[in-house]
Amino acid sequence: MSSASLRPGGAAFNALRLGFGTLVVGFLLLPLVAILPLAFTDSVFLVYPISGPSMRWFGVLAESQAWTRAIVNSLIIGTGATIVATVIGTLAAMGLRRELVPFSGLLRSIFLLPMVVPAVVLGVGMQILYARMGLASSYLGVIIAHAVLCVPFVLVNVASSLASMDPALERAAASLGASPVEVFRNVTLPLAMPGILTGAVFAFATSLDEVVITLFVAGPNQTTLARQMFSSLRENISPAIAAAAFIIMILTFVLLLAVKGASLIGALRKKREISGL
Amino acid sequence: MSARLKALLLVTPLVVFLGLFFLWPLWMMIATAVQGGTVRLAFPQTATAIASWDGSDPPPAALQAALIRDLRADTPQERFGDAVRTLNSQQAGFRTLLPRTARTLREAAESDPVDLATVDPRWSDQAYWLALKRSMPAYTDANLLAAIDLKRTDEARITPVEPDFAVNRAIMLRTFVIAIQVTLLCAAIGLPFAMLTASLSGWKRNALLIAVLLPLWTSLLVRTAAWLILLQDSGLINQTLRAIGLIDSPLSLIYNRTGVLIAMTHVLLPLMVLPIYASLIAIPRNLMPAAAALGAAPLQAFRHVLLPLAMPGLLSGSLLVFMVALGYYITPALTGGAGDQMISSVIAFYATGTANWGMAGALGLFLLAPTTVLYIVYSRLSRTPLVQT
Repeated sequence: MSSASLRPGGAAFNALRLGFGTLVVGFLLLPLVAILPLAFTDSVFLVYPISGPSMRWFGVLAESQAWTRAIVNSLIIGTGATIVATVIGTLAAMGLRRELVPFSGLLRSIFLLPMVVPAVVLGVGMQILYARMGLASSYLGVIIAHAVLCVPFVLVNVASSLASMDPALERAAASLGASPVEVFRNVTLPLAMPGILTGAVFAFATSLDEVVITLFVAGPNQTTLARQMFSSLRENISPAIAAAAFIIMILTFVLLLAVKGASLIGALRKKREISGL
Repeated sequence: MSARLKALLLVTPLVVFLGLFFLWPLWMMIATAVQGGTVRLAFPQTATAIASWDGSDPPPAALQAALIRDLRADTPQERFGDAVRTLNSQQAGFRTLLPRTARTLREAAESDPVDLATVDPRWSDQAYWLALKRSMPAYTDANLLAAIDLKRTDEARITPVEPDFAVNRAIMLRTFVIAIQVTLLCAAIGLPFAMLTASLSGWKRNALLIAVLLPLWTSLLVRTAAWLILLQDSGLINQTLRAIGLIDSPLSLIYNRTGVLIAMTHVLLPLMVLPIYASLIAIPRNLMPAAAALGAAPLQAFRHVLLPLAMPGLLSGSLLVFMVALGYYITPALTGGAGDQMISSVIAFYATGTANWGMAGALGLFLLAPTTVLYIVYSRLSRTPLVQT
């Protein structure tokens, strides 16, 4: 290999770029791709090559009371936390929109803090607080704790969809005689909807994936899918885990694709309406 | 209604919610760490009596009588246990001394005169009384000191704890080292990868971006589980290496530092790539050709043009990865061995394993403080949002 070909644009340099790019993409995607087929193995071991295909391990999940209960709990807690976080997060994003509130910048930073504060630290605090408030080992307690972690995702998504909105649209609606409530219902809310829905999906996915705070505040009755998976990973690695992972991944991706798809279709339809005018 | 008032009303629910369920718990954790409460709660009368004892003379009869009344009182088992644990961490021996004394006192008739020293000779040792006095203040730095392997002697001087009990500093150092290692690994992979992505266009660029975003959208637990499966002795990595004849016996890639570093680098890499990429695509496309036209060799152009412009992204990416890595719990717990656990696992042990919230809070404070400082620096430096959508 001559040193000249290592120059940008040289053949060896391009081969190096291709090789490096492929390697990193492989590193990033390999774990995601490798775990999915294992959910359908027939063997009792989580190894390749897969003997199967079989739905055996989904059957195991469906028959085990611990797993079905965990799945139901995850859906209850995830839905609850998503609703709480989406409602108050959307309201706050709208309130912060024009920086009319004193200390808007500081508030925004504080609102994003739950994403940064180590989960274990917040878990200890919540455990102490819940012991005093009598919220320990209750569904409400877990829903509230998850909602705290979900709020930043709603806030960021709604804020970005509000930021990309043309304020002239709302002014136009108001000048054409719409009341503030009508402006909000017919102009602001529909335009912010893609952001709200994306935020809600991220909120749900966050709750679905949450383990640490759940370990601190939930009782045995509120065991979630993620927590059940965490404790089984520590005990023995069975393909039931791959089946549970499959459920988590599919739930998240389907919701995400649905939201992204819906906003894409919405945008296309709007385009067609405008061009049809 | 004024627009300002309306905006304020819209923000209020979240302010109240996070104040109540985010800031308050953090505050309570800090408060619990510095409160000398457990022993005071279990021995209220002793707490009052011991305040007037200066610690130089033998404990007066009134103090002994107060302790006897407290031990005879119907203290809840849990509260008594907490106090015994706290006292025992100050002075070894309390774990047997207090329950034995309490049992003897309850068995004896209420009216019998009791001499504590005859119940247990250890009560004539002033060290126990001094430990009791030390554990009684409203506020204490005992937990904070214990978190960094220090304690106060009887004369209230700060000294290191016995080497056998000094484990926290080593774990803090390890946490720091792992976070640095992961940050360096992410930077070493992330910087060239972000440069590669920014230099491409069309579907190639999109493909690389999707490869970064897909893991970010995937559950952390699922990604960790996947690495557990891939890295085990009979996992895909070892199978492949054996099949192509590189190794004869499986490499141990999991339940050790290698496993932790691989899994954590994978989880945090997107947080490094995205800010660097964002700062790179902001660079005008003709800058590199301009440098070349002005006679810069490719390496010179890289060093003097591209790298400085990528620096803000590299800096915020590194801060973000380091800050998040410091508090990691799940990934080291699942992919590491006993010697790879980070500070979070110790905090979790104190809080859920032994219900010693004072120690959990003190260690939590030592994790919360650097994280908060790093976040403030990060938000000053960086315009990239924390969440990518």
